[in-house]
Amino acid sequence: MDWLRSLDPTLQDVLAALGRAILAIIPVFAPVPFIIWYERRLLSWMQDRIGPNRTGNITFSRTSKMIPSFLKGKKFKLFGLAQSIADGIKLFTKEDIMPTKTDKFLFILGPLIALFVALTLGGTIPWSGDRRFTPVADINVGLLYVMAISSLGAYGLVLAGYSSNNKYSLLGALRASAQLISYELAMGVSLAAMVMVTGSLKMTEIVAAQEGPLLGFIGFLPNWNIFTPFGLVSGFIFLICIFAETNRPPFDLAEAENELVAGYHTEYSTKRWGLFMMAEYMAMFTFSMVFSTVFLGGYHLPLRWEAIGMDFMTSIENSYLGGLSVMMLKGVVGLTLYIWVRATYPRFRYDQLMNLGWKFLLPVATGNLIVTATWIMITKVYGAAPGWMFSFGLYAVAVAVFVLLRSKKSTQYLDTRSVDMINQPARRTVDLVESKPEEVPA
Amino acid sequence: MKLTPELIIFGMLAGMAALSAVGVVAFKNAVRSALCLVFTFFILGFLYFALHMEMLGITQIVVYTGAIMVLFLFVIMLLNLGASHVLEEKSDPKKVVGLTFGVALAVLLASQIVPILIKVQAPKAMPQFGSPQVIGSILFTDYVYPFEAVSVLLLLGIVGSVLLAKRRLS
Repeated sequence: MDWLRSLDPTLQDVLAALGRAILAIIPVFAPVPFIIWYERRLLSWMQDRIGPNRTGNITFSRTSKMIPSFLKGKKFKLFGLAQSIADGIKLFTKEDIMPTKTDKFLFILGPLIALFVALTLGGTIPWSGDRRFTPVADINVGLLYVMAISSLGAYGLVLAGYSSNNKYSLLGALRASAQLISYELAMGVSLAAMVMVTGSLKMTEIVAAQEGPLLGFIGFLPNWNIFTPFGLVSGFIFLICIFAETNRPPFDLAEAENELVAGYHTEYSTKRWGLFMMAEYMAMFTFSMVFSTVFLGGYHLPLRWEAIGMDFMTSIENSYLGGLSVMMLKGVVGLTLYIWVRATYPRFRYDQLMNLGWKFLLPVATGNLIVTATWIMITKVYGAAPGWMFSFGLYAVAVAVFVLLRSKKSTQYLDTRSVDMINQPARRTVDLVESKPEEVPA
Repeated sequence: MKLTPELIIFGMLAGMAALSAVGVVAFKNAVRSALCLVFTFFILGFLYFALHMEMLGITQIVVYTGAIMVLFLFVIMLLNLGASHVLEEKSDPKKVVGLTFGVALAVLLASQIVPILIKVQAPKAMPQFGSPQVIGSILFTDYVYPFEAVSVLLLLGIVGSVLLAKRRLS
């Protein structure tokens, strides 16, 4: 390693950054076949099916002379793990079909943008406490970086849908972009509350802020944001928003099979379709990582080891491989949740999607932001106890206002007054029918 | 003039930004033009990164690339604007006049800017300049009234657009 140190310091920095980038991509890229297998098996189990369970099983012959004697009649099971690899080989060796009237450049660009977004999303996530290896760039706007990159995700879907020259693709792309824009707002506001609690946009500082005792006095639990009332509300909203951002069921309106064939990727096949799928699974995994970094204490386990006298665990967590395994564990938990929700909930209708985003998530996130700000201010000025009392009072007021607004009378009022794009044409035709003289029966 | 890594990166980014900016006006297809504009904004964000202004660069990408241009593209796709084949004239006097004025403007601006810029070597901001903490504290102390005024202005815009959209057709 001495020749590395003899290099120009700038070149050393560049090489270190490259190494960190590779270390950030591998843990996202490598598990993709496993994630797909895991989803198919878990989904099958939840739906009382079997799923892919036997690709790659090897049974050696009992009688052949070619087999050494200790292998005769032996069975080796891979539990279907090779299925994803077989699918991948199939996708990459199939005949590549591109419809004739597509916009070729954009058609190729679409999946590449989706992949770019999925790969670069994790650029500021710390995978462990070892600052030599992660994160790629510990910039002081780490959380905003995640927001920026995830907002680019719309381009992949939009370009794919537009360039396919297919009305179903275009409809899927329009739905995708409208959905991403709507849910980004609630996501940003819910994260803003956590930024105020932490006092920093740096991902490493967000993790460090979650190492203290819970709420300042429960010694053996870490102060994970999800355990605090503000963090619980924010985390709930953020979770729903990442489902919408990754276009997963029940928010997969952009590729609703029963309405739009396959949505934005109707015309895609082979490698490019495979790239879309890979990007989706990698984005799922990386968003789980973002969730665990901001709300689940990053690369730490939910116990404060100093407080219960197990200090050696802290050094394990802070080493590269230890932190990486904890993050992977949290990523698998996140994926399980994704799959569980997919097996449980049916797809939303489009107006339900918009109502959820604009009329529920955004107001709740904003209310949470206000309560959090008030709590921080009062705690700083008057101390902890009045701060908690005041914030719970505010929560009660917010819930009361929400219930009042959602009561039947006000809902009717709001419905008649609101701009309902779905219902408007129907109302117009009703008006027309009423204004006509009823001489001509239909 | 020494060839520093900063200069190389700046050259690459600035070249890409300038090329895609030309593409915005050169392409006939509206979607291509909009995409060139997206790329220009994206590269501008990277130019800010190269100057150690992470906050400004990220804001550039979030606001322009992520939000505004998605809406632009949305509208263009919704109206399904293709390339315009109708509006082509062989000899257009506007082209000559426009070119003359454009070159004149470029020379005028360059004569003011280039003599100053040519002395600058690797411009770099102070370490804490433009960090989120500094921007936040300045925004909420010295510039709190302009900040609130802008927020009221945006609110007016939202209320106005809702009012326009809410008007019943009957």
